[in-house]
Amino acid sequence: MSKSGVGEKQSANARQVRPMGGHGKKGMRGGPPLPPGKNPFHVLKRMTGYVLQSYKWHCLLVIFMILFSSLAMVYGNMFLKSLIDDYIAPLIGQDNPDFSRLLGAMTKLAAIYVVGAFCTYGYNRIMVHVTNGTLQNIREQMFCHMETLPIRYFDTHTHGDIMSMYSNDVDTLRQMISQSFPQLVSSCITIVSVLISMILLNVPLTILTLAMCGVMIYSAKTLGGLAGKYFMAQQKNLGAVNGYIEEMMSGQKVVKVFCHEEKSIEEFNRLNDALQESAEKANTFANILMPVNGNLGNISFVLCIIAGSIMTITGFGGMTIGTLASFLQFNKSFSMPIVQVSQQFNSIIMAMAGADRIFTLLDEQSEEDDGYVTLVRAEIQPDGTITETEKRTGRWAWKHYHKADGTTTYQPMEGHIEMEHVDFGYVPDKTVLHDVTLYAEPGQKIAFVGATGAGKTTITNLINRFYDINAGKIRYDGININKFKKDDLRRSLGVVLQDTHLFTGTVMENIRYGRLDATDEEVKAAARLANAEYFIEHLPQGYDTMLTGDGANLSQGQRQLLAIARAAVADPPVLILDEATSSIDTRTEKIVQEGMDHLMEGRTVFVIAHRLSTIKNSDVIMVLDHGNIIERGNHESLIAKKGIYWQLYTGKLEQD
Amino acid sequence: MIKTLLAQVKEYKKASLLAPMFAVLEVFMEVLIPLVMAEIIDNGIGKNNTGYAIRMGLLMLGLAMLSLAFGVAAGRFAAQASSGFARNLRKGMFENIQTFAFSNIDRYSTAGLVTRMTTDVTNVQNSYQMILRMCTRAPITLICALAMTIYINASLSRVFLVAIVVLGAALAFIVKTAFPVFNAMFRKYDALNASVQENVTAIRVVKSYVRENHEISKMQKACAELCLMSVKAEKIICYNMPVMQLTVYGCMLSISWFGAHLVVSGSMTTGQLMSMFNYVMNILMSLMMISMIFVMLTMSKASMDRIAEILTEEAEIKNPEHPVKSVADGSIEFDHVNFAYGKNSKNVLEDVSIRIRSGETIGIIGGTGGSKSTFVQMIPRLYDTTGGEVRVGGRNVRDYDLETLRDQVSMVLQKNVLFAGTIKDNLRWGDQNASDEEIEHVCKLAQADEFIQTFPDKYDTWIEQGGTNVSGGQKQRLCIARALLKKPKILILDDSTSAVDTKTDAMIRKAFREEIPETTKLIIAQRISSIQDADRIIVLEEGKIHGVGTHEELLASNSIYRDVYESQMKGGTDDE
Repeated sequence: MSKSGVGEKQSANARQVRPMGGHGKKGMRGGPPLPPGKNPFHVLKRMTGYVLQSYKWHCLLVIFMILFSSLAMVYGNMFLKSLIDDYIAPLIGQDNPDFSRLLGAMTKLAAIYVVGAFCTYGYNRIMVHVTNGTLQNIREQMFCHMETLPIRYFDTHTHGDIMSMYSNDVDTLRQMISQSFPQLVSSCITIVSVLISMILLNVPLTILTLAMCGVMIYSAKTLGGLAGKYFMAQQKNLGAVNGYIEEMMSGQKVVKVFCHEEKSIEEFNRLNDALQESAEKANTFANILMPVNGNLGNISFVLCIIAGSIMTITGFGGMTIGTLASFLQFNKSFSMPIVQVSQQFNSIIMAMAGADRIFTLLDEQSEEDDGYVTLVRAEIQPDGTITETEKRTGRWAWKHYHKADGTTTYQPMEGHIEMEHVDFGYVPDKTVLHDVTLYAEPGQKIAFVGATGAGKTTITNLINRFYDINAGKIRYDGININKFKKDDLRRSLGVVLQDTHLFTGTVMENIRYGRLDATDEEVKAAARLANAEYFIEHLPQGYDTMLTGDGANLSQGQRQLLAIARAAVADPPVLILDEATSSIDTRTEKIVQEGMDHLMEGRTVFVIAHRLSTIKNSDVIMVLDHGNIIERGNHESLIAKKGIYWQLYTGKLEQD
Repeated sequence: MIKTLLAQVKEYKKASLLAPMFAVLEVFMEVLIPLVMAEIIDNGIGKNNTGYAIRMGLLMLGLAMLSLAFGVAAGRFAAQASSGFARNLRKGMFENIQTFAFSNIDRYSTAGLVTRMTTDVTNVQNSYQMILRMCTRAPITLICALAMTIYINASLSRVFLVAIVVLGAALAFIVKTAFPVFNAMFRKYDALNASVQENVTAIRVVKSYVRENHEISKMQKACAELCLMSVKAEKIICYNMPVMQLTVYGCMLSISWFGAHLVVSGSMTTGQLMSMFNYVMNILMSLMMISMIFVMLTMSKASMDRIAEILTEEAEIKNPEHPVKSVADGSIEFDHVNFAYGKNSKNVLEDVSIRIRSGETIGIIGGTGGSKSTFVQMIPRLYDTTGGEVRVGGRNVRDYDLETLRDQVSMVLQKNVLFAGTIKDNLRWGDQNASDEEIEHVCKLAQADEFIQTFPDKYDTWIEQGGTNVSGGQKQRLCIARALLKKPKILILDDSTSAVDTKTDAMIRKAFREEIPETTKLIIAQRISSIQDADRIIVLEEGKIHGVGTHEELLASNSIYRDVYESQMKGGTDDE
């Protein structure tokens, strides 16, 4: 479920990428059916392939065990025929009936039954293993693959939709693998073996039974279709209710302040009633399916009795009471799996829709990375030669392998960034940045200023290659950024975003996220630097306080302080601060700013700030408007110019 | 807990009773059918009486048709009852949430509430339907089938008694053992989902810090734990089927053996023996169903708990018994007010005392976590004090009718929310019956009219959920207009102009001064410029009043205020 207030910046991007921009799909849970044109059997084939890939022998064994367990049941039914005709009838009227023959047959049957039950246990047990193993594989594969996807994927898909794949779609798969699959196998085996037995017993009655089965399949299809139609409607209405609840619950405090409770209940009732109506219809059809088919089975049974009785009485086809009794058992055993298969069919279609979404995720193109320039710790000798080292020297170098002559050169990582005539758009036909050219010398502080949607965040998205530019060039220390390995590029850039995200774990762990091998002391030093230490020490367990739900127990300002501490512990050569201090009050900000000034020393820093007072000391300030840099210069020169910056600075122009 | 939920069945009681009733009728038919069958075999076929056999066959056909009709009716009523029950559960929860006080709301996340009203309700709905269709059906089938076997042959029916005891005990044992393991599994499942969710929302952080592998290893661990727990839980359930089968088989064998003796000795007919075999299935299937009901119930117990929690949660702030329905004036008084969010947490407001005259403009400033929002939220009684008294218009806020109080004390929250709908729809939250002129008037006061007029649809412009299609500053101004529409005696702005440019901010304050001079105004701001012309300014620090006075007085006497001022003026803001 997407968190409320995911962040204006992010959702702004998402809106640009997704022109339809509706919230309608948000909250749609539990699968819409397969899109038209998709063949469920292709998905089924792929899914089966996926299961077999790791569990080929398990599945073979399961099929055998199901086979045996079904045969045991069929054998039992066969025995009933012989019970009356062969074992009981001859004994009737005897003075000293001899039951030993019956005992022998029954002992044999008992043994088969025990083996049958054992097989039932066996295949269930193996299926538990197969199901959970497969689901674990799928989940891991989904997650691993998702981690490689570009930011664009996350900007164009709602969090709710992504989450729904991990919960709902995987759940329907579980149902299919653990229940539908064995059920289908056992039903097929039962159907085939019972059919053969029936044919052997009596052909005319078999034809009668088959005809009734046709009727049952037809009714299952019709009713199933109707139920499916209303389940779709139910799902749509559920989506609407879900969306409304989400909106109202996230604005519940406003509802209270405006005493708007009754109005919001009114609207909720309307949506809720629509949901009930469709749910009632859907469930009615689904519920009717069972009694209809069950009783069609009964009717089939009755028809066989009538036809069979006549045949027994007339002696047609050598029919005996015993044969009829057995046949009736088969008739019952035959209808049951047919009903089951027709019921499973619906759930398989549902599962395939889920599987299709999962496969779509797995097929999604990973973030491409053909860069080969990597970042290494370096030791720089006085004469300028650079050697690679494991030690923390505080210096970094780019390791540049030249394909042409097979040599490797090292180049100090300095933080020189250059953009040349860069054009960019989230969607092909709508450019967000036009012809942006800028230079940042190492150690410079570059600030971006401008209204919401002017393209400030977009520029930072391009530097760390969350998105790739359409035209122009970006160079980092003189190297085209396409040549960097993305991981190394991003490792060299510290980012503090406006929407802070914290992870479930202790405060200590959250700060350490910046650099996993940081010692406790280093973490604390970073917290001090960000001025976060004061509030952390006032938390109930200090650094060991557990944070849950994205740090819900902290204020927005405190969360930002933690995010800054996290960047501080990462100790990156280049920093991108995207409204990092927007929620900190000015007095605290002043103190954080001092800490950050230390942090920024000798580093290239890109700052996006709402409060212009914090960027006044920047080396260069760029004023962006609709993706164009319209003014550039330092604070004094821009003020003197009395242009847009001056208007913004003096509060004459609204910034946000 | 179950009682709380069942209270929501309400108007669907009839359907809830009819569904099992028809199910019972259906069962009677199903039990009769094998009986008739025995009759056909013994007296029809056995005595070579074709006519009788066909007559009884037709009777059976009739019974099957009746059974069909009853089954359909049962299914229909069950669907109606369960979907209606679900509707009432959602309705009940939603309505109760509307009574929640802020302190209640704080306890739940939006996502948590949505899950309760959707997924959890669906779980309960499914269980309820299952129970309606099965809970009478299964025991009745059991009893009828047992009665029939006893009627056919009492001594042979003892086999079933043994089987029932054995099967019942085995199933009970399985369910009981599995339940705690399943619970543990569900917790692992939640943890896994939470971990994925966290990753998806924070993907930019993950990618910026190149922590994909770190996240993957966390996820793998959660996945493996879940898998282990699921296997452990489902392993136990695996015994269900074979135990069931063994019991059926055991019954079959025993009945065959003893039945054979009885038939041979002439105390039972072959037809009766056949019927016995049918009842074996009936009886054991119904036992299986009963165990399934238990499993369903235990599975949805977590959902039921979560729903019941919302239904029984009592609003912490309620109307007094004899509420005062009018507010005399806009004066406010804090009398030694203490406040803490939880029972054991420390005070966020401590011994706060201040008197505010009606019509005064008060600025409030202070650090992050300085309790500014908490302070103002005491006035419209969004939270109740834990000590001391807050008085509005000379009376304790607890004496007022909540709606009256909140209509007179209008508040613009820091976390502004606009709702999907037109601008007019959104503004009318302040006053349902406001005329277009009134709406335009308040928008002019809030300096919102100007930008609204630039929209093609003007006041009918559609606002997206959360107000994402207007800028931050525009959103804030709309929220202020919405609050003004109440024509309140007290107006509170909680950091509500932070995204508005200083000039517009000043114009809003000027409009307040000129157009609503009688209204008491409390303005929380980060920017000194937003409050420096207030009649008095309160400096809040760590839940205490650190200083009160005019801008000049505080500059002279209050260190914190001076600090803030200097931090903002450093380098000189050329503000007019």
